[in-house]
Amino acid sequence: MPKYIVWMVLLVALLLLPHGLSFSQQEILVFLTINVLVVASYRLLTLTGEWSLGHVVIMGVGAYASALFSKKLGIYVPVTMLLGGITAALVAVILSFPLFRMKGFYFLIGSFAASEIIRLLWKRFRDPFGGAKGIKGIDPMPDFSIGIYDFDFFEPVSYYYFSGFIVAICLWILWRIEKSPVGLTFHAVHWQDKLAEASGVNLRAYRTLAFAIASGFAGIAGALLAHYIGTINPNSFDVEVMVFVLTWAIVGGTATFYGPILGCIVLTVLNEIVLRELGFEQMRPLIYGAVMILSILFLPNGLESLVQKFSQRRADGLAPNKASKGAAE
Amino acid sequence: MTHFLEVRDLTMRFGGLVAVDRLSFTVEHGTIHGLIGPNGAGKTTTFNMISGFYKPTEGAVLLRGEDISGLKMHEVARRGVVRTFQHSTLFAELTVLENALVGTHMPFRPNIFAAIVGWDKEDRRGAQARAMEALEFFNLDGLAQEIAGDLSHGHQRALGMAVAFASHPDVILLDEPFTGMNPEETRQMMGLMRRLRDDGITILIVEHDMQAIMGLCDTITCMSFGKFLAEGGPREIRNHPAVIEAYLGGARHVA
Repeated sequence: MPKYIVWMVLLVALLLLPHGLSFSQQEILVFLTINVLVVASYRLLTLTGEWSLGHVVIMGVGAYASALFSKKLGIYVPVTMLLGGITAALVAVILSFPLFRMKGFYFLIGSFAASEIIRLLWKRFRDPFGGAKGIKGIDPMPDFSIGIYDFDFFEPVSYYYFSGFIVAICLWILWRIEKSPVGLTFHAVHWQDKLAEASGVNLRAYRTLAFAIASGFAGIAGALLAHYIGTINPNSFDVEVMVFVLTWAIVGGTATFYGPILGCIVLTVLNEIVLRELGFEQMRPLIYGAVMILSILFLPNGLESLVQKFSQRRADGLAPNKASKGAAE
Repeated sequence: MTHFLEVRDLTMRFGGLVAVDRLSFTVEHGTIHGLIGPNGAGKTTTFNMISGFYKPTEGAVLLRGEDISGLKMHEVARRGVVRTFQHSTLFAELTVLENALVGTHMPFRPNIFAAIVGWDKEDRRGAQARAMEALEFFNLDGLAQEIAGDLSHGHQRALGMAVAFASHPDVILLDEPFTGMNPEETRQMMGLMRRLRDDGITILIVEHDMQAIMGLCDTITCMSFGKFLAEGGPREIRNHPAVIEAYLGGARHVA
């Protein structure tokens, strides 16, 4: 029962959160919500032990696909988001044929090369991708009402609720996958691929499956982004953004489900709110880099190790459910 | 007549080196078959070809008459031939139970959609039961929640076999299962292997420990420098002049 109460408190807090923020902070909150899905899906790929540098471009595939489906074919926008995710997953399956001939470091470099090819294709072909200027005037989410609340998607708060709902569903699915026998097989593929194979696990199929699922959810995140900002171009998905995703994952730690999410939230708050308020605008990348180096040096297991230590102490001493609340946030 | 498992003219060349040269032998159903030979004789290479780890340069591995040479390891495994590895190759970061659960991958194939919706409760329960059964067989059930990497060496070896056993194999290929075990552990492990055989599982062992091999195997194939040397029961092999010469280059006793 207390577990439900924790979740209810969290839900109410998340619903009330945007009303205490300024307009620009509300916008950041929307981006943060989308980025949470990006890192959480990235973690699913890292479960099989492979680190990709193409995740953000795959997210862009979802964004482009969703934008084009709505713009050129006139498909209803929420449906195009799902189609964007499916397109991203399909592109990942195609990419898996050359990429999964490699492992580890070679896969990392290969994924970077493959994603640059996709990005250059967007730049090269003005029709349909709009060349270097990208796609403008992407249809926004159509407004709708659910009785108690009117969604007006020019308001970041409405989009925050909408994307928060979608992201919550996606996170739930990712969580279910990780805790299932399929998730266990991903772990097995990561730690001892030969032993897993000897137990009858088709390594290629499982690596591809993880890559496709991670890419599909990244594609949905990209579609959410595209219909919010209304314009996308190849540079919105370049390797600089990928470095941010990697930093979130590394600083947060990838051993637990919440690690990368925690990293994403903490670093975004640090980056956008604290540093901007303090007037360190120009020095932000520098400080961001320093945070990453410091966390690798002093928190090699990421922020999640702090949470684990904290919840351990709480479990030993005081009320046990407060610690899990700390973990959930 | 088709044999249960037949190795026919198996050859493996690494560049100019012939590691295994036209090796042929058969393994009968329900027996413990040993594969021995001095260091560098090509035992492990043969083993790797049967399990699908290597693709043989020439020759064939026939399982119930079907050619399985050149198949990938998971495809060989799905035909009922499951191998263990030298040393303690385990999922060291996972718990003992999770290790065994990976072993149940073949009988209880995970389905991602059922897993998301929650329709695979039956399968999960079945896999859990099978995993526990395998752990009980190797007396590891008390350690189910331990991290596999923290186990003692003997327990790790047993867990490696439990992972293989969990998948309901027809043939288990054991790669040096007695390495690093003390005599007491070896004796217990031999007892477990006899029980596996009595369950109808065929066992092929590559091993250095002559004591164990001689006491355990029904048939022994000895190879030297990649070639077939001799085959027969433990007593024959022990007294076979070619085997004694291969091992010692002279007259002393093999065991």
